[in-house]
Amino acid sequence: MAHEGSILTAADLAGNGARGDDPDVHGKFGIFGGRYVPEALIPALDEVAAVYEKAKNDAQFLREFDHLLRTYAGRPTTLTDVQRFSEQAGGARVVLKREDLTHTGAHKINNVLGQALLTKRLGKKRVIAETGAGQHGVATATAAALLGLECVIYMGAVDCERQALNVARMKLLGATVVPVTNGSQTLKDAINEAFRDWVTNVDTTHYLFGTVAGPHPFPEIVRDFARIIGVEARRQILELTGRLPDAVCAAVGGGSNAIGAFHAFIGDEGVQLHGYEAAGRGLESGEHALTLTAGSVGVLHGARTYVLQDDEGQTIESHSISAGLDYPGVGPEHAWLRDSGRATYHGVTDDQAMAAFSLLARTEGIIPAIESSHALAGALELGRELGPEATILVNLSGRGDKDMGTAMKYFNL
Amino acid sequence: MTNPTLAAGPVERHLRARRDTGRGLLMPYVTGGITPGWTDYLRAFVAAGADAIEVGLPFSDPTLDGVTIQQAGDTALARGASTRRILADLAGIPEPGVPLVASTYYNLVLHDGSEAFCAALRRAGVSGLIVPDLPLHEADELAEAAAAAGIELALLASPSTPEPRLAEISRRSRGFVYAVSLMGTTGERAALAASAAELTARIRRGTDRPVLLGFGISTPDQAREAGRHADGVVVGAAVMRRVLDGAGPDDLRAFLATLRRALDQECDAPR
Repeated sequence: MAHEGSILTAADLAGNGARGDDPDVHGKFGIFGGRYVPEALIPALDEVAAVYEKAKNDAQFLREFDHLLRTYAGRPTTLTDVQRFSEQAGGARVVLKREDLTHTGAHKINNVLGQALLTKRLGKKRVIAETGAGQHGVATATAAALLGLECVIYMGAVDCERQALNVARMKLLGATVVPVTNGSQTLKDAINEAFRDWVTNVDTTHYLFGTVAGPHPFPEIVRDFARIIGVEARRQILELTGRLPDAVCAAVGGGSNAIGAFHAFIGDEGVQLHGYEAAGRGLESGEHALTLTAGSVGVLHGARTYVLQDDEGQTIESHSISAGLDYPGVGPEHAWLRDSGRATYHGVTDDQAMAAFSLLARTEGIIPAIESSHALAGALELGRELGPEATILVNLSGRGDKDMGTAMKYFNL
Repeated sequence: MTNPTLAAGPVERHLRARRDTGRGLLMPYVTGGITPGWTDYLRAFVAAGADAIEVGLPFSDPTLDGVTIQQAGDTALARGASTRRILADLAGIPEPGVPLVASTYYNLVLHDGSEAFCAALRRAGVSGLIVPDLPLHEADELAEAAAAAGIELALLASPSTPEPRLAEISRRSRGFVYAVSLMGTTGERAALAASAAELTARIRRGTDRPVLLGFGISTPDQAREAGRHADGVVVGAAVMRRVLDGAGPDDLRAFLATLRRALDQECDAPR
């Protein structure tokens, strides 16, 4: 499909051109992924998969999604060469993909608009979603308002307090926010509660899952809707520099912005893929979210993947200064990319992330999300390693307005 | 067609034998490790007329459980309960006289490995297993390991399960078929869900394996009504709410005896 001004093609969405990396019919990426959910949800997951399969090859669906991405989300987002920041990265050329400039301020809007359109096709009038920092909740509430869907957001009671501003935004957008008071009262418990709602109301409700984790087909669908990030960036960086970058860097919590940035480059063997997880107060402290770098294989929230668990198999609570990375699981495709060696994952501490946060603000006048700051910190180190000839593409997944409370406390502002 | 009882394990043989006397089956649930002397509840369950007992191995993220079982699991974990300790407790009690069926989420199975997990159940005297987040397709590996260890892996069927899949679940389930009465989580409800009767009837069309109805069965009236459709009932949240409120084994024995009577009356009633 090639109509005037389109930014999205069927191939862009379906990931044609990337190398054999679609999950099998059971949603398995190697040994990872799958569907570890109650029988009750299997028909609903089958239905979502079937409706998506049809939609992604339907020109009308692509037109609608493309239209919303251009005229509502503000795509394509630009690349920005950050020269002053690059000086601190061993002189390597750091280029940012500016997802922070999208409507609602983060890459989450891409997936949400795609799934909201799917919700219409599913004939459902109600969406539920989990949220940690509140960004996915705000994006979901936004799309629900736009398309006239009832919206209920589950958010850990601890996170509701930490992110009061986003709770107010969701309410203003017409969503109901349900504080989750069981378990650790954070993102993982919000997901548990959303699954409980879904199994009860599955006839009327779509679970608008916010990351590339969860049962099949969510890891595939969310990836495809986030894929536009890397598709655009690949074209743009070829135009800007005349060649592919040496490395792509992104922060990894559940992993949607990273998969979105990586996926279009998976077939480009010369391009290194680096994911940065939250090392929190450091690996030794035990207070971190180093799922891929220090976790072990398990099943959490419907997928087999790397998880943080104790020696009895109970999930361990994660820690990160950024709520968006504070999750003890990770998308199964990342687990697969890790084990296959195609992508490399590293830890970035709270302090390293906050230093990069501050550095980008002071050298470039851009206040990044603390999540994205983990990737920036990683790029600083990687640049010193790769040297001044290298070009590093960093996915600036969101803006830092939501993080002012944390920044005020951290920097004593 | 082969006689299904020939291939049946001890759980299924036990449940079939009791059902065939015209008895409505009762399987109460207890969260392992919920109190220091938690195995005393098992004795009380048997004394009240339980036909099998479900022992929950608590997991940090119980996505299919409502608030009561969640609280019971959190309480047990906070007390230091673990799969190993719960199974050690079970290994230390006299043979209860009815089958013990463990239930837990798949991560705890995967963590130890299916073979080691099933062998540990076996050593503790457990003969059945329920894993609510393991749907048909994903169950292959565990089903094989369970069969090899002599553990009967009971599969769950839901009101939303379509016909061919339902038949496959009935065929591959061991011990009994766990019919989930409603679309939702575990927990007490005001009335038995309308979906319970229809699901049970659909399962029965494909198998004569015992069918136990669970989720939302908490009163004698509900047990009586469930007994009209299924071979028996699973009662979890109604038990655990009482335990969380401080009820001891004798209190639970008295409560379960009311369910036992309701099921017996239903079976004695003219059909």
